[in-house]
Amino acid sequence: MTVIRELASVCKSKNAGPFEVTIDVIFKSDELFERVLATGILNAALFARLYKVDESQVLFMPYPPARAFKATLPRLIPAGAFDDRDVYGAQQHAPILEVDIPD
Amino acid sequence: MNATRDKTSPGEVRLLAVTSILGYGFPESALEIGMQADPHMIGADAGSTDPGPYYLGAGVPFCSRLSIKRDTRLMLLAAVPRGIPVVISTCGGAGGEPHLQFMAELVREIAREEKLDFKLALIHAEQDKGFIKQQLAAGKVKPASRRPALTVEQVDGAERIVALMGPEPFERALENGAQVILAGRATDPSIWAAGVARGGLPPEMGWYAGKMLECGAEPAAPKRDGCLLARVYQDYIDLEPTNPEQSCTRLSVANFALHENPSAIHHYEPGGMLDTSACSFEQLTDRIVRVRGMKWVPADVYTVKMEGVQRMGYRAISMLATRDPVLIKGIDDYLLRVRAIVDEKSRNFGVPEGGYKLSIRSYGLNGVMGEREPRTTTTAHELSFILEVLAPTQEVANAVIAIARTTTLHADFPGRMCKEGNMGIPFSPADVELGASYEFTVYHIVDAEDPYHLFPIEYLDVTQGATAEVKGQP
Repeated sequence: MTVIRELASVCKSKNAGPFEVTIDVIFKSDELFERVLATGILNAALFARLYKVDESQVLFMPYPPARAFKATLPRLIPAGAFDDRDVYGAQQHAPILEVDIPD
Repeated sequence: MNATRDKTSPGEVRLLAVTSILGYGFPESALEIGMQADPHMIGADAGSTDPGPYYLGAGVPFCSRLSIKRDTRLMLLAAVPRGIPVVISTCGGAGGEPHLQFMAELVREIAREEKLDFKLALIHAEQDKGFIKQQLAAGKVKPASRRPALTVEQVDGAERIVALMGPEPFERALENGAQVILAGRATDPSIWAAGVARGGLPPEMGWYAGKMLECGAEPAAPKRDGCLLARVYQDYIDLEPTNPEQSCTRLSVANFALHENPSAIHHYEPGGMLDTSACSFEQLTDRIVRVRGMKWVPADVYTVKMEGVQRMGYRAISMLATRDPVLIKGIDDYLLRVRAIVDEKSRNFGVPEGGYKLSIRSYGLNGVMGEREPRTTTTAHELSFILEVLAPTQEVANAVIAIARTTTLHADFPGRMCKEGNMGIPFSPADVELGASYEFTVYHIVDAEDPYHLFPIEYLDVTQGATAEVKGQP
């Protein structure tokens, strides 16, 4: 098992408007991307569990041209509203870094 | 025919995006190199919802006047004397009327200082609530981002509502000879889609070029401040950064399609949808990428997105930190006790029950992710806290934050050894008034009926800073 932190070249989060956050994981090579894709570990259910939302609220897609996986999901608090902690949504990627991918 | 049209060589439009957001800065040398390509238009989008609802609500920009003026001055000096149009959208960061007027005043000041003459177009984007309510009643408003339906109360309660214009008002202003265009809220790619449409190229080329140009040199690597040049043709686009330290690579360009979009392949815009699922990326030189295969799917109804914020009250914050290992161990119980004491003391000085909200962000524990933080324990030797109070008036917010700060500093806890105070407080004064607090409430899509009437255009002749209204143009 290897964690995504050691396999990915980019793992980032950012607002997609004030009510959603979008998370992108990008791999270093086509081969690695295909391998991770084949495991099926990155999927809507995983993002739903890690980000505490219903699976039906997760828009998930692999994007081969960028060797990327993309998930867009609702924020728990709208950007900049009372008790928000990350107005830009730029620091919500960490839980994905620790996801294990089988060798 | 005007200067803009004359310079468009058949089949090629050159566009120069100066920076990711006006006021973020760019190297002067990157602009100079870009100008050597003789662009048909230079521009920048000046805004975003990313900095949150405050700026739209309060009517102020999120970049400083000094940095915005610096970027704008360089753009005007580079382009106006050569007759190249300068287009800036989402002026003042949020694109409301005060934001547009802020930029108009700043541009006149630069014209005066630099002795520049030009025809200025101002395109307004702040919306009349009457039209929105009329469309709402007619069932012609739908939510964006899978949000609940809009209500009349949200429209009435909004401090300010803007709509995001498409390319058509920019095209019209260019057609009417505007040399400098300042616009309120627009979708990020709209100005570029307009520039490409002016050159007679198909809409998918304009929208794709716009998606790439909307954040300056972001599609290039490594990350630097710089400008991005797009050469747009009938069926492909060449992208080249003008900062010599940067290159566009197939991956850097493909990656940028992911940026801030819910989908990597479907991008909804006024009047249709840009589909990038069949795009191919070719490394033309070591610094230029050629993209082709984009598609534009026109919509049946011309819709635009609206953004609006409501004032929710007034805020104050305070920052504190502890280095006490006993307190850190029992921090959850301690913060519950703090809340109970703040509640009681606030009632004692006349704040009714539920008359304020208190947030305690615990940095070192779950400060950044809150409820989504997967870790439940900490090994940190110090923790910091930001207390936030939201209340109906600034007076109550200030009163509650003061008692919350004092309580966090002095409340008792089991095993306490340092009774002089539980927190290091870094500042005197300790509390900060944040003023009015806003929340996005309107984020909906409205049937605009046509691309123009929500975005009236005003033309002014600027003569070294003096202005005269030009009448009789649409």
